[in-house]
Amino acid sequence: MKRERLTIEQLLGVDKFVVDDQEAHIRLNKEHCESCETKPCTFACPAGLFAVKDGAISFDHAGCLECGTCRAVCPKAGTALIWCYPRGGFGIHYRYG
Amino acid sequence: MAEDKFTAIIVGAGPAGSTAAYVLAKEGHEVLLIEKGAQPGSKNMFGGRMYCHALNRIIPNFWEEAPLERPVAREIITLLDGDQSVSVSCQDLTWTRPPYHSFTLLRAEFDAWLASKAEEAGAMVACNIRVDDLLIDSGRVVGIRAGEDEMLADVVIAADGANSVIAQKAGLAQMFAPHQVATGVKEIIELPPETISQRFQLDGNNGAAQLFVGACTKGMQGGGFLYTNKNSSSLGLVVNAAELQRNQYRLPDLMEDFKTHPHVAPLIEGGRVAEYSAHLIPEAGLAMVPQLYGDGIVVVGDAAGFVLNLGYLVRGMDFAIASGEAAARAVMAAKSQGDFSRQGLGIYRKILKESFVLRDLEFYRRAPEFQENPRLFQTYPRLATAFASRLFTVDGSPPVHLLQKILREIKESRLGLSRLAIDGWRGATWL
Ligand SMILES: Cc1cc2nc3c(=O)[nH]c(=O)nc-3n(C[C@H](O)[C@H](O)[C@H](O)COP(=O)(O)OP(=O)(O)OC[C@H]3O[C@@H](n4cnc5c(N)ncnc54)[C@H](O)[C@@H]3O)c2cc1C
Ligand code: SF4
Ligand code: SF4
Repeated sequence: MKRERLTIEQLLGVDKFVVDDQEAHIRLNKEHCESCETKPCTFACPAGLFAVKDGAISFDHAGCLECGTCRAVCPKAGTALIWCYPRGGFGIHYRYG
Repeated sequence: MAEDKFTAIIVGAGPAGSTAAYVLAKEGHEVLLIEKGAQPGSKNMFGGRMYCHALNRIIPNFWEEAPLERPVAREIITLLDGDQSVSVSCQDLTWTRPPYHSFTLLRAEFDAWLASKAEEAGAMVACNIRVDDLLIDSGRVVGIRAGEDEMLADVVIAADGANSVIAQKAGLAQMFAPHQVATGVKEIIELPPETISQRFQLDGNNGAAQLFVGACTKGMQGGGFLYTNKNSSSLGLVVNAAELQRNQYRLPDLMEDFKTHPHVAPLIEGGRVAEYSAHLIPEAGLAMVPQLYGDGIVVVGDAAGFVLNLGYLVRGMDFAIASGEAAARAVMAAKSQGDFSRQGLGIYRKILKESFVLRDLEFYRRAPEFQENPRLFQTYPRLATAFASRLFTVDGSPPVHLLQKILREIKESRLGLSRLAIDGWRGATWL
């Protein structure tokens, strides 16, 4: 029997977010990412927010579940990836948890 | 606000922070509980279930008022491998009667309730505020900064969870290594209550907790879980971050593979996904416990690495609650001496040692090392499922005795009896 798989867009689509349009809580210094060979963030992020497009890394902070996995797996956390939680009241808002 | 000085400012309204605030406020102390989410709980997720013992000591019969889902009556462990699986299921109905053993629950509701208990007891609860930094004066923590606001306290309690930035800023904790944490992802899947009860053979509102090992993580260190709520199931996966760093699978894909696995899909068939969530879990036990206190600061809950994962059970909520209580007691002791220095707060460790928190973490100190054994997630699930399948298979081929069946499977797994013996011995003595 074939079972329904959801795409990450569909999964994030059921979540409630208060997106901060003014301040991105996670920032990439992409020049540092160039020399990152394996780019583990592209596999590990549970929201699938990191992708490689035309050889360069792309990232979107909307949709972030604030888990901290990217910070844990990034070999250059602190330089390539500047991580903090969103400002108070912004970001993911779990209704169940 | 800077003119009011609190006895304690607590950063984070998870179970650790809210318990600390509740205990302190109940004894009449001025406490401020700060949470970055719009409500306590709105940033939090977990597997599933809380063991009752810790909270019941602080709020007796809390189940009469707390928002809970189901008392867990059935525990199931399932080893998965491709087409085959083996499950062990244990049901104990005494667990579903007071003083209840454990409840499944949803954090958005539960954490909000626990924070409201702290508020009722007199704590000030401030949501929508992210604490950005600590105020440090001559080496001692004297308060916090959030945006432009500065607030002062005798003690800051870092209850900010697994990604504790506060403990790091105080110089008490270092950034963890990838193998010391795991990422959990979960889907809330809505189903009618009777359907859930039927699928897990549960009487009425009784609940089930099921853990999966093996194919669900494709052999990576970690596992799957399913907890039944009233009208939803919490289905998810936990994978060690060092494994994720190896770039074999994308986590959301792994989750969908698990959900559609033929041994899992029937459990949630027809359900509607209501939420997708993710969170880190500290996994290294004692090895990642930071310095637990410093001048004017105490670290509690996940921020202190207080989580125990034995493979067949996961505990973090009860540790968070008991460590929050211990911190509150330490702050009160320090206050009575008028000494909030490192030395004055040193009693925190003593209280933790006398409670189950450090006792249990020390008792199971080798459990994290045991879990790093890759055979647990691949070879053994395969071996167990193959053996069980052979046990039940009748196909006309010549019969063999049980011992031979076992030996044949072990031989085919290319495991080696000595390795099996070592792993078995470790499992029996470390877990
Ligand atoms: C997938 C998964 C499954 C789990 N399953 C179980 C289980 O079945 N049973 C069990 O007992 N335990 C389980 N745990 C562990 C359990 O969830 C944790 O141990 C528990 O939540 C720890 O509580 P805490 O109060 O220390 O931290 P948290 O619950 O993480 O609370 C921290 C709070 O601090 C807030 N915060 C953080 N930083 C700031 C800041 N700078 N300013 C303001 N607020 C801030 C956060 O928003 C949050 O509300 C699981 C964990 C995960 C991830
Ligand atoms: S964010 Fe980190 S892991 Fe991702 S590409 Fe950049 S350096 Fe590599
Ligand atoms: S915090 Fe988690 S969800 Fe957010 S970008 Fe990092 S890995 Fe992805």
